[in-house]
Amino acid sequence: MDDARCIEVRDLTMAYGGRVVMRDVSFDVRRGEIFVVMGGSGSGKSTLLKHLIGLKRPVKGTILFEREDFGAADEKTRRGILRRIGVTYQNGALWSGLTLAENVALPLEEFTALRAEAIAEVVSLKLALVGLRGFEPLYPVEISGGMRKRAALARAVALDPEVLFFDEPTSGLDPITASRLDDLILQIRSCFGTTIVVVSHDLASISKIADRALFLDIEQKTMTALGRPTDLRENPPSEEVRRFLTRSSGARDTPVFEPRPARTYPT
Amino acid sequence: MQVDLRQDDHALIASLAGIWDLEHTAPSFDRLIESFAAGSTVEAIAFDTTELGTWDSSLLIFLLRVRDYCEAHGLDFRAESLPENIGRLLDLTRAVPEQELERREAKSSFLTRLGAQGLSWFDGVLESVAFVGRVAQGFAHLPRLRGRLRWRDFWVVVQSNSSGALPIVTLISFMVGLIIAFLGAVVLRRLGAGYYVSYLVGYGMLREMAALMTGIIMAGRTGAAFAAELGSMKITEEIDALRTLGVSPIDHLVLPRVLGIFVMMPLLTIYAVFIGVLGGLLVSITMLDLSAGQFIGGLLTPLTLSDGLLGVFKGTVFGLIIGIAGCMRGMQTGSDAGAVGRAATSAVVTGITWIIVATAVIDWLAALLGV
Repeated sequence: MDDARCIEVRDLTMAYGGRVVMRDVSFDVRRGEIFVVMGGSGSGKSTLLKHLIGLKRPVKGTILFEREDFGAADEKTRRGILRRIGVTYQNGALWSGLTLAENVALPLEEFTALRAEAIAEVVSLKLALVGLRGFEPLYPVEISGGMRKRAALARAVALDPEVLFFDEPTSGLDPITASRLDDLILQIRSCFGTTIVVVSHDLASISKIADRALFLDIEQKTMTALGRPTDLRENPPSEEVRRFLTRSSGARDTPVFEPRPARTYPT
Repeated sequence: MQVDLRQDDHALIASLAGIWDLEHTAPSFDRLIESFAAGSTVEAIAFDTTELGTWDSSLLIFLLRVRDYCEAHGLDFRAESLPENIGRLLDLTRAVPEQELERREAKSSFLTRLGAQGLSWFDGVLESVAFVGRVAQGFAHLPRLRGRLRWRDFWVVVQSNSSGALPIVTLISFMVGLIIAFLGAVVLRRLGAGYYVSYLVGYGMLREMAALMTGIIMAGRTGAAFAAELGSMKITEEIDALRTLGVSPIDHLVLPRVLGIFVMMPLLTIYAVFIGVLGGLLVSITMLDLSAGQFIGGLLTPLTLSDGLLGVFKGTVFGLIIGIAGCMRGMQTGSDAGAVGRAATSAVVTGITWIIVATAVIDWLAALLGV
């Protein structure tokens, strides 16, 4: 079982300035699984992702990527690790000054010694994989939000990464587009064996793709659940997890209102 | 909107009547209760809403005030005497306990704020120094990076700082040449030395004004553009996307831009000198009755190569300053909607400040060295 660990997070404390966002977060991501980090808005999901991809360094604790300490790595090790991961940002974060082809090509130009024709072939392949065949010459502003996320996915898998990170892949997408993106994520995992870490609060998406999920509790400022989503739903370890997974408001004494027709309320 | 108070045994009954809407001022409960001479035996406030017409938030605000008053004075607030929907709305305002938010700024003393300001200023200086250092490192790597540098960004900057900038540079430097010549014409003619106007214009444009004016224009034009461009990229996570690829945003985004303006500023400065001299020539011919030949003669004889080199050197330094200030403010952009605007403003202010300081330092050194 130990061999299967791809990312190990131990006693991680995350902070912005002096303000602690989360503390005592420990978990493993196993090779080839789809691991979802879930939690309410503002709970620090995206911050955790930034730590996992090396954009922020932990205040305390360690993050091991294939046994290498990512948090404390020197430039060369970091670059080596970054070469092995791919990231899809919330709104795609495609480079707006470059066409889709150039966006996907840039990682290849940076990290490989491929010739221009070979790069063009890889670019076409990756764009075709995400269903954007023939979109090479378009700029990111010329395509829809869903396409932009897929193009970002093509860029993230350009170097055939071992681990793929997604920041809210389905946010801002309609249910059909979101579901197709989920299918794409599942296909990438089954075809390439890629380990996938997803940050999400989209319940439908979580139950569709997640092998295991981690729950970050905003009030306790730490993780309160880790396991398979179905198990967590059946035996929620805390009230907050139950509310999250059953989509209940759980408000304390909030009276429930029947809808009323008029703006003013005659008595 | 009418409230009448009456006492009924141990309870104070407030009769709410009429139409309550936000467009009319609601009666003040505090004033009502003060003017009402209640007996000391009042233990509760209840309501009578039989006369109440339509109502909106104004009624709720009034009732919340009453509830606060009751809590402050230990009275019983009889919400059950209100219509059910109003009672539920009042309950809703208490469904979630009030958050105790820290508002440190409001409470801190002058000394604390001064200290915090000083520290943040110091951090800013450190950040600037670190940024300049990283850009310098990037330049040192330039030979190695050459093949991978985004030459397209470089050429875009070159284009926007050549053909794109010429009209405004032409206009401003022509006017500045004109102004120097006007000043010179007035002062020098009184001394009978009108002939030296061309020297004044040439000397002024070459050593100071061409570089300075071009620098200020470019700080407003190109510096702000760099900051806005990089700032937007920061907000859309495009810069993070570069970082997670292991690509240094400095090498990839900052170097081509700084290099572009660094190459173009000296050329623009030389151009501005010529246009400024043309402006001076126009004034000399029309106001001082000098011939073009006399003007050129008076210009070329006293000027030395070092005057020209000093101006071009300044232009080059200003180019670096504008590029670095613009890119630095862009990379430091925060994450809210106003951040890009602030970054652009800050880039211009920083650029112009540094340009003026650099001018002073360079002039002082030139005087020391006798250039």
